[in-house]
Amino acid sequence: MEQFRNRPKYRRKLTRYERKKALIAYSFIAPNFIGFAVFTLLPVLFSIFLSFVKWKGGSFDTLQWVGLQNYADIFKVSKVAEKGLGYLFTKVDLGIALKNTVFYTLVTVPLTLVCAMALSLALNHAVKGAVGFRTVFFFPYIASMVAICVCWRFMMMKDGPINQLLMGLGISYNKSWTADSAMAIWSIILVSVWRNMGYYMVIYLAALQGVPVDLYEAAIVDGAGKWQQFIHVTLPQLRPTTFFASTMMIISCFKIYDVVAIMTEGGPGRSTKMLVTYIYDEAFSNFNYGVASAIAMVLLVIVLIFTLIQFSTEDRYANN
Amino acid sequence: MKQSNQDRIVVRATPLSVALKALLYAVLIALTLFTLIPFVWMLSSSLKLDREVFSYPIRWLPETAHWENYRLIWSKVPLLTYFKNTAVIAILVTIIQTLTSSFAAYAFAKLQFKGRNTLFICYVATIAVPWQTYMLPQFILMRAMGLYDTLWAIVVLQSFSAFGVFLMRQFYQGIPTELCEAARIDGLSEYGIWARIMLPLSKAAIATLIIFTFVGTWNDYMGPMIYLTRDLNKTVQVGLRRFIQENSSDYHLIMAVSVCSLLPVSVVFLALQKYFIQGIATTGLKG
Repeated sequence: MEQFRNRPKYRRKLTRYERKKALIAYSFIAPNFIGFAVFTLLPVLFSIFLSFVKWKGGSFDTLQWVGLQNYADIFKVSKVAEKGLGYLFTKVDLGIALKNTVFYTLVTVPLTLVCAMALSLALNHAVKGAVGFRTVFFFPYIASMVAICVCWRFMMMKDGPINQLLMGLGISYNKSWTADSAMAIWSIILVSVWRNMGYYMVIYLAALQGVPVDLYEAAIVDGAGKWQQFIHVTLPQLRPTTFFASTMMIISCFKIYDVVAIMTEGGPGRSTKMLVTYIYDEAFSNFNYGVASAIAMVLLVIVLIFTLIQFSTEDRYANN
Repeated sequence: MKQSNQDRIVVRATPLSVALKALLYAVLIALTLFTLIPFVWMLSSSLKLDREVFSYPIRWLPETAHWENYRLIWSKVPLLTYFKNTAVIAILVTIIQTLTSSFAAYAFAKLQFKGRNTLFICYVATIAVPWQTYMLPQFILMRAMGLYDTLWAIVVLQSFSAFGVFLMRQFYQGIPTELCEAARIDGLSEYGIWARIMLPLSKAAIATLIIFTFVGTWNDYMGPMIYLTRDLNKTVQVGLRRFIQENSSDYHLIMAVSVCSLLPVSVVFLALQKYFIQGIATTGLKG
C-alpha cells in the first residue's frame, strides 16, 4: 500500500479495477440478498419492533407504542407476583405452553437419540441389507407431515389398530390418544420420535465412519468385549456428534407446530399447547400482533441460547 | 495386525456373538415394523370400505381392494389443482433458490470485496432465527405487497433461505482457488468462471440443494396454511387438510389422498437418496 501512495496514477487505476471487481461481486450476491433482505432480514427487525406495540393489523394509525406491556401481559406479571410461580405454569397460557414445550423436548430428544444411535450401530455392523434398512428408517423424515400425522391420529383412535395391539398385550386402553389430555402429548412425542430417528441415524452413521479402526483394535488387544468397546471407544468418540445432534434437536423441538396442528390442535384443553401454537393463535386467530410478537421473542431468546451453546462447543471441538 | 485379525475371527465364532447378531436383527426388524406399519396401514385402509377401516380384529389387508377410492377422491376436491400448484411452487422455488444461492455463494467463497464479512454475518445471524418468530411481520409485509393468497407468496417465502447460500459456499470453498485464477488468466470473466467451472464442479452440492428444496417446499404446511386461502391456490398439504375437515369420517378416502400426497416425494427420494444421505452427513455435521 505504502508503495502505491507514491504513485498516484497507478493507484487510481487500481481502485477503478477494484471497484469494478466489487461491483461484479455485488452483482453475484444481489439476486439472493435482495430477496433475503426484504423477506427475512426486514421481518426479523420488524418483529422486534412489533413486540412493543399494540396493533390489530390494518392501518398504521391504529398502532400504539406500549413498551413492555405485551411482555407483562403474556407473563401475567402482577398475578404471578401475587400468587407465585406455580400460577404461571398452571394457569397462564405462556407458562403452560412453555411447560408443554419443555416436557415434549425433554422426552423427545433423548428417546430419538437413543433410537438413532441403536439403529446406526446396528447398520454399521454390516448387517445384510444395510442400505435397504437405511432407506426404510429415513423414509418417514421425507414423508409429508399432514399425511403421516393424520394416519397416526386414525391409528390411535378408540378402535384403532394401536389400541387393539395394546389389548393383545393385555393393556386395555379404551380412548382415543389424541382426545385424552394425559395421553395427547405422548402421541405427539411418539410421532416425533418415529419421524426423526432416521434423520439422526444418518448423522450418527456418518460419525461412526469417522471413528478410527485402530481404537477398536487396541481395545480388542486389551481384551475388551463388545460392550466395553461401546462404552470406552464408541460413546466417547460419538460425544461431539451427540452434543451437536442434541442442541440441533432441542432447537427444532422448540419450533414444533405441524404435528400438534394436525393431531391435537393444541388440545384437549391446553394439554398440547406449544409455544408456536400459541404464537399462531394470537397472530392469525386473535390478531393480537403485539402479543404474538412478544411470545415470538421468548421463542427467539430460547433458540438463540441453544444456538450460542452449539457455536461455542463447535469451536472447542474444532480446536482439538 | 495379523494377531488381531485372528482374534476377531475367534470372537465372531463364539455362540455369544451369534446370539448378539440375532438380537441385532430382532431389534432391527422390530424397529422396521414400527417404521413401516403406519405406511402399510395407510395403504391398506385406502383400499377398504369406510366401515372396514376400524374393523375388529384388525385386518391388515382389505377383503377386496377397492381401487375406485382412488377415482372417487379426484371428484371430491380439486386435487389436480392442488398438485399443479404444489408442482409450480416447488419447481419455481427450486430453480430460484439453486441459481441465486450458488451465484451468491461464489462471491462469498471466491471473490474479495468490501463488506463481504458483514453481508455474510447477516446470513449467519438469521439462520439462528426461527421462521416462526418473524412469520407474522413477513405476513404483514406480503399482504401490503399484494402477495397474500397468491402462489408467489410461497415462492418468495421459500426461495431466499440462508441455508442454500451456506451449503453452496461451503462446497465452493473446497474447490481450489488456483482453478479460478488459471481461468482468469485465460480470459474468462467471473460470470464465465461461475458458469463453466464452478457449476459443473458442484453438481453434487446442487443435487443436494435441489432435493432438499424440492422436498421441503412440497411438504411445507404452515406457510401455505397462512397464505393460501382460495381453493384454486391451495397446495397438496393444505388441500389434504381441507379434505380431512370436510370428509372427516371418510377414513378410507382420507388415506387414499394421503397416499397420493406422499407419492411424488417418495419417487424423488428413492431416485436420489444418495444425495440426501450425503447432504445430511456433511451439512448436518458441519453445521
